[in-house]
Amino acid sequence: MIPELGHFALVLALVLALVQAVVPMIGASRNRLALMAVGRPAAQGQFFFILFSYACLTWAFIQSDFSVQLAAANSHSATPLMYKITGVWGNHEGSLLLWAMSLSLWTVAVTVFSRHLPEAFVARVLGVLGWVSVGFLSFLLVTSNPFDRLLPAVGEGRDLNPLLQDPGMIIHPPLLYMGYVGFSVAFAFAIAALLSGRLDAAWARWSRPWTTVAWVFLTAGIAIGSGWAYYELGWGGWWFWDPVENASFMPWLLGTALMHSLAVTEKRGAFRSWTVLLAISAFSLSLLGTFIVRSGVITSVHAFATDPKRGLFILALLVIVIGVSLLLYAWRAPKLGGGGSFGLVSRETSLLGNNVLLSVASASVLLGTMYPLFLDALGMGKISVGPPYFEAVFIPLMTPVVVLMMFGPFLRWKDDDLGAAVRKVAPAFIASVLIGVGTAYAVGHVTWRTVLGLALAAWVVLASIQLLAGRITERAGAAMGARLRSITAAWWGMWLAHLGIGVFIIGVTLVGSLDANLDVKMQNGQHAELAGYTFTFRGVQDADGPNYDAARATIDVTRDGRPVATLTPEKRLYVAQGMPMTEASIDIGPFRDVYVSLGEQIEDGSWIVSLYYKPFISWIWLGCILMGLGGICAAADRRYRRLAARDATVAANQRVA
Amino acid sequence: MKARSKRLMLVGGGVVLLVAAVALVLSAFQQNLVFFHTPSEVAAGKAPTGTTFRVGGMVEEGSIRREADGLTVSFAITDTAQVIPVSYRGTLPDLFKEGKGAVVQGKLEADGTFRATEVLAKHDENYMPPEAAHAVEQASKAAATVSQ
Repeated sequence: MIPELGHFALVLALVLALVQAVVPMIGASRNRLALMAVGRPAAQGQFFFILFSYACLTWAFIQSDFSVQLAAANSHSATPLMYKITGVWGNHEGSLLLWAMSLSLWTVAVTVFSRHLPEAFVARVLGVLGWVSVGFLSFLLVTSNPFDRLLPAVGEGRDLNPLLQDPGMIIHPPLLYMGYVGFSVAFAFAIAALLSGRLDAAWARWSRPWTTVAWVFLTAGIAIGSGWAYYELGWGGWWFWDPVENASFMPWLLGTALMHSLAVTEKRGAFRSWTVLLAISAFSLSLLGTFIVRSGVITSVHAFATDPKRGLFILALLVIVIGVSLLLYAWRAPKLGGGGSFGLVSRETSLLGNNVLLSVASASVLLGTMYPLFLDALGMGKISVGPPYFEAVFIPLMTPVVVLMMFGPFLRWKDDDLGAAVRKVAPAFIASVLIGVGTAYAVGHVTWRTVLGLALAAWVVLASIQLLAGRITERAGAAMGARLRSITAAWWGMWLAHLGIGVFIIGVTLVGSLDANLDVKMQNGQHAELAGYTFTFRGVQDADGPNYDAARATIDVTRDGRPVATLTPEKRLYVAQGMPMTEASIDIGPFRDVYVSLGEQIEDGSWIVSLYYKPFISWIWLGCILMGLGGICAAADRRYRRLAARDATVAANQRVA
Repeated sequence: MKARSKRLMLVGGGVVLLVAAVALVLSAFQQNLVFFHTPSEVAAGKAPTGTTFRVGGMVEEGSIRREADGLTVSFAITDTAQVIPVSYRGTLPDLFKEGKGAVVQGKLEADGTFRATEVLAKHDENYMPPEAAHAVEQASKAAATVSQ
């Protein structure tokens, strides 16, 4: 009964999505307030029904109702409650329902935080979001009904893929989806602006916090996914350039470009059509990501679907979205006008340079990800594009981005003197190069890659310090507290996020240059040495869990005779699917991780053990945290609320008039 | 400088930057493609020596052997028609098993052994790497043509 209610609620949600897609749009074009006003309640009602539907599905998982096919295939009565709940999205149908729910949640957020916007604009935004929702809800109902029954019911479920039974997986998918889907708001704002012909600074200001918040979610989702791969896949890597990772990285790169381009459009009125194009592309890449991940075209833990109908449906959706929005763009963009002019040496130019580079980087990931799929689809042979390609592309593309990123904030808007600006940053730049070379010598790993990475990181840190110092001394005479208070949250956000990039580069460079790995055969009491640490094997015990059997090794780690940690890596066998799993054990430190994973047991009773020394790897995630915090600061800037109040008055006056 | 020439320089600079970036991407792309060959193609000498490529198929039953060091593993990859001996040093993926699909990446040695630097297996029990499935399918198609 409950699954049928969930199914029915989903149908009702689709009906409301249709209403939300059609009625406010008509209202906006005919200027009828009553029709425009339908958008908000329709969106909120839709959210209620999707939430209800989602709750019904979760209930089937919690109750181990194995007459629901999805629960039978992805849950097990002995699975811990937490993983029963997260198992709901550990499959194709459930994850799409989560997609639809995040879209609906974003739409509700728009209905709540848009009181200050003109009604016609809100109506169009909700209309666009309604159409996206119609697409996804009908995809769910037509090809991927999560509530399909399995008759007769089976006695026991097949359990969730053990790789997904992990705390990281509790938050990774929802965060990532909130990020992916969040770009739909920026997209809807851009389409609404194209429709109304109103593409001005106010539009950019309205879009900015939404884009930034979506970007924060995406950053957090990617970082957690990377962390999960690091400790769960058992071989110590943190990024694999796997198509699924690329699928989330492409919208991230374009989203980053979009945030900066929006800044220029808001401050200077320039880059308007470019900004709109970026908003359309970022969302299209989010959809493409969904297609890559969910259509089953790639080998991955994420690819659930094998039904070609589903792949075709998403592909059709993608073609419609991209086609319609580009047509609209081609039709409307020429009428939008250019916007503020700017000089050759100006903050605009530096932001434009980075925008181009980020877009090329995104396109290069697209090429490396899609080309093998195309060749395969056309039957022209199978190839693969691995990490060497992406590394060969990303280092030269990102180096100028990082240099410009810290140079741009020293430049004035509109026009600046190149000589003066270069003289200002030259000491920091030269010092960075020296620090890069010096540190590489100090750590005993002098390769061009290490030197470059360390120099770039030093550049980011030194320029950040100089930027902050300059900002504080700007208002000479005022008290220190007043000077700090005069700095806006948006500025702190920029500063923190850029500093986060520097911290991230330190992590990537040092773990790339100095990490060490040893695969070794160990028996009780045997020692192994790696990077100054001594690992002593203390045997293996049984350590069975609720839905798996496990062998747990105990390994003592010492350094110079002093104990560092006792690590307990496991080899698990998940009973329901008969699937083995490696559970690594990590001693996490601020400057290094010591990472141990258990291989297999061989004939003479000893075990294969993989030992890893990972210097500064936590800095990678620390950098991501700083970027995320920066984004939160920027989105929370008071300016948006203050100007929102002003816009509200204007909007109210328009309504009266 | 006049506004017109300024604009021209900006556009020109942008185009140069874009062309350089695209050239970089394409050349890196060409140098780093990894091709896939079936065991039958490798046996027929169609695979390159000295460059990295991938071979996929089933791990032949009874072929997994460990060297005395316990770390070097040798096994054979087959598409049911031809068998390619593979040697690999390191930890194998959890789902690497005899009779199951696997893809190996590495180089072909002069003695006909494939020295793998990477071994990929399935992500779950029911999933077969597409490359492996493709190799077996090709071989069975070839066998069907021969028997006709």
